[in-house]
Amino acid sequence: MSITCVKGGTLASFQDEGRIGHQNLGIIVSGAMDSYALKIANIIVGNTRSSACLEITMRGTILRADKDMLIAITGGDLHPVIDHIPVPQWRPVFIKAGSILKFKGAITGLRSYLAVSGGFSLEDFLGSHSTYLRAKVGGFKGRALQVDDRIEIGQVTSQRLAMTQQLATDTIGAFNGTSWHVRPDFYKKNRSTFMIRFIKGPEYDWFNEESQQKFTLQQYTIASSSDRMGYRLEGQSLEKISDSEMVSEAIANGTVQISNNGLPIVLLADRQTTGGYPRVAQICTADLYKFGQMKPADKIHFKEISLNEAYKELAELERTLRQIELSITFKTNRGSVRENQEKP
Amino acid sequence: MILNEYARISPVGDSAIRIEFGKDIDLTTYHRIQIFIKLFHDAKINFHKEMIPSFASVTIEFDAITIMRKIAEQHTIIDINPYDWVRQQIEPLLTQEVNELVLEKTIIDLPVCYGGEYGPDLQYVADYHHMTVEEVIKKHGEAEYLVYMLGFAPGFPFLGGLNPEIATPRKQAPRLKIEAGSVGIAGSQTGVYPIETPGGWQIIGRTPIDLFRPEHKEPTLLKGGVWLRFKAISVEEFNTIKGGLANVDHMR
Repeated sequence: MSITCVKGGTLASFQDEGRIGHQNLGIIVSGAMDSYALKIANIIVGNTRSSACLEITMRGTILRADKDMLIAITGGDLHPVIDHIPVPQWRPVFIKAGSILKFKGAITGLRSYLAVSGGFSLEDFLGSHSTYLRAKVGGFKGRALQVDDRIEIGQVTSQRLAMTQQLATDTIGAFNGTSWHVRPDFYKKNRSTFMIRFIKGPEYDWFNEESQQKFTLQQYTIASSSDRMGYRLEGQSLEKISDSEMVSEAIANGTVQISNNGLPIVLLADRQTTGGYPRVAQICTADLYKFGQMKPADKIHFKEISLNEAYKELAELERTLRQIELSITFKTNRGSVRENQEKP
Repeated sequence: MILNEYARISPVGDSAIRIEFGKDIDLTTYHRIQIFIKLFHDAKINFHKEMIPSFASVTIEFDAITIMRKIAEQHTIIDINPYDWVRQQIEPLLTQEVNELVLEKTIIDLPVCYGGEYGPDLQYVADYHHMTVEEVIKKHGEAEYLVYMLGFAPGFPFLGGLNPEIATPRKQAPRLKIEAGSVGIAGSQTGVYPIETPGGWQIIGRTPIDLFRPEHKEPTLLKGGVWLRFKAISVEEFNTIKGGLANVDHMR
């Protein structure tokens, strides 16, 4: 009843929606970089939306299924294969015991999410299964996945039992997925330029008009030193009006700080809880997940929107998730997987 | 007093609200924040995900989707966005007449082995101020430090109260690795590193006590509002305490 790591790859760690409610102790949130893909992966296999998935970065991760299981892979397309045959994504896939699942390398995006129906059995730290890499707690032994790690997994959820059995019966090779999938538009093409919307940050007025314009008019390049903690951007630097320094304050997911060199850092999942650089912008929550699929050298430009527009976008994202939930429930109840499924 | 006279409310994006109570690091602002936190807890407000106090402000994070549902459940005719809804929950706390808070003073003594292997920059700090090493230790150890806030790393205290006579600029090049428990000075701040991290602080000593202890019910030794004192110990005492803790861990 487990999955075994054959090769860790670039970085594979367990993440859920993060460790909430302890930032006042300096305990960072962590969690999935692309929480949208995480939620969809969980919805597909019938887990609760916020369950932990394996977040696989870039390439090289190899896993062995030690038993039959129902999985879903979402997020960026890291070219997952079993026996050299691509494993379809954004849908339920039954895989047989003994199958070796390889992530050969990013075709689109940067991070994939692997959900297993029934979930992974992981270390709980303060109510979350997210791996807090720097403090070495949570997830699996508080660290990235390594060779020979064995992670226990739960039983297929009751809502997906019938589907799993049908898929299993019709499996010819090592795996079998449904014909339908639920890939949102954002993931349908290979992007290297991203438009990201923001709301003015608390220290927006610390920058002169020219700098404020620079922030939205230029195209920034994502620096290679970017990681789960934050994305550093390269471009023309911004100038503060005065030399005033701020006292340390809370920073949120998607806070854009301007560091002393005038360049932005977008603070993300593994951000520290407080910071002392002026916050020129706050990324709107509905666009945060996109950073999970951005890679070094990708381009980004910022567009200011109002609070009400940000809420509209967020509600729209939630509606899409709800639609995916409903359509999967409908398909599961109708038991249509048998009719026209995809053969590997 | 009425907090509203000093409070400024503003959004931080679409999922957080910030209430500023001042601009600087001082005890007056600190007290206003403590009063607000007490009011917030007493009001049993539970719409939020996080409440993060800092030197001069409190930031409250919320899940905008959850708030949207709450608003829909209330069936109000007036269309209100999640930020304004949250703001309406907080404003009454700021407009009520409140008494000054008498804060309990909890003091935590933290043993520190100064200098040597554990405090490689102690001599530099002493030289910088034309003092002896002993004088630096005395000035660092005789003060009481208020934990204004935690941040940066799990259980990392932002302390007020460093004697300005031993304030020392950061190192030119940060160290790639600073051991957990290291006690340092950076500018007018002093602090303790709870976990191993890179950093540019002048390291003057190390404590054998864990500031981050994930296996405890309270995962950090310190919390905002307690006071801290540093007590000089010898290398032998350091090893005894460290060894004792290791044995306890081993038995568990």
